[in-house]
Amino acid sequence: MASVPHGAPHTTPAHGDHTHDGHDDHHHLPTGLMRYVTTTNHKDIGSMYLWFSFAMFISGGIMALLIRAELFQPGLQILEPERFNQLTTLHGIVMIFGAIMPAFVGFANWMLPLQLGAPDMAFARMNNWSFWLLPPAAILLIGSFFVPGGAAAGGWTLYPPLSIQAGMGMDMMIFAVHIMGASSIMGSINIITTILNLRTPGMTMMRLPMFAWTWLITAFLLIASMPVLAGAVTMLLTDRHFGTTFFNAAGGGDPVMFQHIFWFFGHPEVYIIALPAFGVISQIIPAFSRKPLFGYASMVYATASIAILSFIVWAHHMYTTGLPMAGQIYFMYATMLIAVPTACKIFNWLATMWRGSITLETPMLFCLGFLFLFTLGGFTGLVLALTPVDIQLQDTYYVVAHFHYVMVAGALFSAFAAVYYWSPKWTGWMYEEKLGKIHFWWSLIAFNVTFFPMHFLGLAGMPRRIPDYNMQFTEWNMVASIGAFAFGTAQIFFLVIVFRTIAGKSGIRAPAKPWDGAEGLEWTVPSPAPYHTFETPPAFK
Amino acid sequence: MSASTSANSGKYFVPQPSHWPIVGSVALLTLATGAVTSLNEVSWGLPVLYAGFAILIYMLFGWFGVVIKESEGRLYGKNVDASFRWSMSWFIFSEVMFFAAFFGALGYARMHSVPDLGSIDAKLLWPEFAATWPSSGPYLKEVFSPMGAWGIPAINTALLLTSGVTLTIAHHAMLENHRSKLILWLAATIILGITFLTLQVYEYVHAYSELNLKLTTGIFGSTFFMLTGFHGFHVTIGAIMLTVILFRSMRGHFDDKHHFAFEAAAWYWHFVDVVWLGLFVIVYML
Repeated sequence: MASVPHGAPHTTPAHGDHTHDGHDDHHHLPTGLMRYVTTTNHKDIGSMYLWFSFAMFISGGIMALLIRAELFQPGLQILEPERFNQLTTLHGIVMIFGAIMPAFVGFANWMLPLQLGAPDMAFARMNNWSFWLLPPAAILLIGSFFVPGGAAAGGWTLYPPLSIQAGMGMDMMIFAVHIMGASSIMGSINIITTILNLRTPGMTMMRLPMFAWTWLITAFLLIASMPVLAGAVTMLLTDRHFGTTFFNAAGGGDPVMFQHIFWFFGHPEVYIIALPAFGVISQIIPAFSRKPLFGYASMVYATASIAILSFIVWAHHMYTTGLPMAGQIYFMYATMLIAVPTACKIFNWLATMWRGSITLETPMLFCLGFLFLFTLGGFTGLVLALTPVDIQLQDTYYVVAHFHYVMVAGALFSAFAAVYYWSPKWTGWMYEEKLGKIHFWWSLIAFNVTFFPMHFLGLAGMPRRIPDYNMQFTEWNMVASIGAFAFGTAQIFFLVIVFRTIAGKSGIRAPAKPWDGAEGLEWTVPSPAPYHTFETPPAFK
Repeated sequence: MSASTSANSGKYFVPQPSHWPIVGSVALLTLATGAVTSLNEVSWGLPVLYAGFAILIYMLFGWFGVVIKESEGRLYGKNVDASFRWSMSWFIFSEVMFFAAFFGALGYARMHSVPDLGSIDAKLLWPEFAATWPSSGPYLKEVFSPMGAWGIPAINTALLLTSGVTLTIAHHAMLENHRSKLILWLAATIILGITFLTLQVYEYVHAYSELNLKLTTGIFGSTFFMLTGFHGFHVTIGAIMLTVILFRSMRGHFDDKHHFAFEAAAWYWHFVDVVWLGLFVIVYML
């Protein structure tokens, strides 16, 4: 996130000719806004991804707070039911595609070339396009609130028939999904190619940093699943406007077919979000335990196993759609199988910490928070995997609690951990440790106040995506809403920490390697990392 | 700089800042705005849609133009060439998955939703509906004929398979630095591709005017036209790629060592060929 001037010195002196550049020389580089619009530098693009992600995080967060404000007490207070549905729909899409995924792509952009010893991403211009496709998608999504009929309101899963009957906001959603899909596919091709082809000599596949491994597999998942989503929303579009009947029983189609196609994308998507988070955790826990990662090879195989399993469990989202018994049993057991490689990872992280000399700086705190809460979210996932239980809990707040434990305490906490861990490399300054710790405890407590009661609400039968509820649910909803506003405020505090870090308020300049247990090539370059690094491959032992 | 030193210096080529990506983003935002508005009958929708296409085409010319210039300037070393090969392979894989969604829809409709609509459970709703394939569903009840496999589709199969052979001859000619042979067989491939597309247009006219087979003819029409339509669109893209390659060959681009763009277009062409074989068997024959 640092603003690094173009004049920053190269790590290696350029030779007589600048093979680095497509044109003649460094002379006419754009400055100001145009620098960021036209940049081909992975650090600039990584920073833009991270800022965009935070902006979307705030937008999606405001939507969440409007939802929680409405749900503070029963009855309709501040929102029309239509608007409430639009907010739940857009909150989901904006957080997944706008906040969490771009955050991890931002980390990948910043850190992969540094970790691999590469001069930049493999396709620097396409990298720029991957990012600059996101603002048009965001314009379509946020703009859809202001068109006749409002934004899409059928839930982020876009199920027909609601999504077929909706107004033009749904068309904006469809094209936004297309554009974000194109961005993801290009970004993934870039990341795979960078990892496979731009590693420094000597860095064999089984010596890759875990963050690179998890991103390699995530990128594969994206390339395999995003086009399927594109196909699904294309069918929605033609059903809406061109008279096809893919999801219409009148013409021999089936609305449930959309769910199958959607979740064939949607379940890998869960791991698209989770795997890079696992990668971040696998970098940070060894650093603060001052021990190498326990079971590196098993981590790689576990990641690959999760990826493969993610393609054959999709119908566990559909137990109440009338699946045949054989299907229910198969998807139940296949889903529970995912617990095996996931537990392998959890135990590896615990074993990494075992007898390590652990210190609890903010990145490590967020990792520990992740470990506890993600595991809890994983356990509720196992509960929901059981067909007979899920039939009771489908579309209740128990499901909302479950996926916020894995999305917020899982992915978001690991993103915070990554920001605290790598920001010295980005900004050249240490963040203020005390403020970071306050941010952690504030987030941890507020998160649990918000989402833990949702387990009770769900078990008691409160349905999700409804703006009103029975009186008996009032108390826990009030608690959850108070927690949500506390959590939202904590993230404004996080923004303040980031600004203060960039401004150097801690007064502590970051050394090249600020964490004494950290490993990897990213810690061999100065902090802040020079604008161009590793123009020739570094030595890797 | 001389071409040979930079190609062999071991440094990875990283391009200068470029305005083409943002032009592409403006193009897609304009396109999406135009599409949304024209689909919802807003009066200014269509002009915006056309403007989006125009900006997109401008971007493609500009961006690929820069890439071709860099390539011919021999700025891309062996490493960059390997990157391009990885990227094209993964791009084609993403296209495979896109088609998989539509093949999946066809399979699901045929094996599951249509039989289900004719099952004993659905008899209460639609007592007369017989779950046969092809079907336009229990309510639409459109009377239509499916497209026979052994007319134009069989000819089209032969055309595409032949085009795969002619393209391979062109490929070998290129590897032998035999330029006139390369140009001749590449042109033959493009002509076969265009013939394929022409026959497909004829087939569509036939379907609409004589078979009453339309996009709106229930699930059969939906899957038939979406699968063959997206395939035809991909053949069009492939033919445009090959045409660019043809013009570049005529300008003396490509030799036995430096020819990634040719191979990428060829891979793509073989990919649309394979998709067609899947279509021919699953959509037309079965």
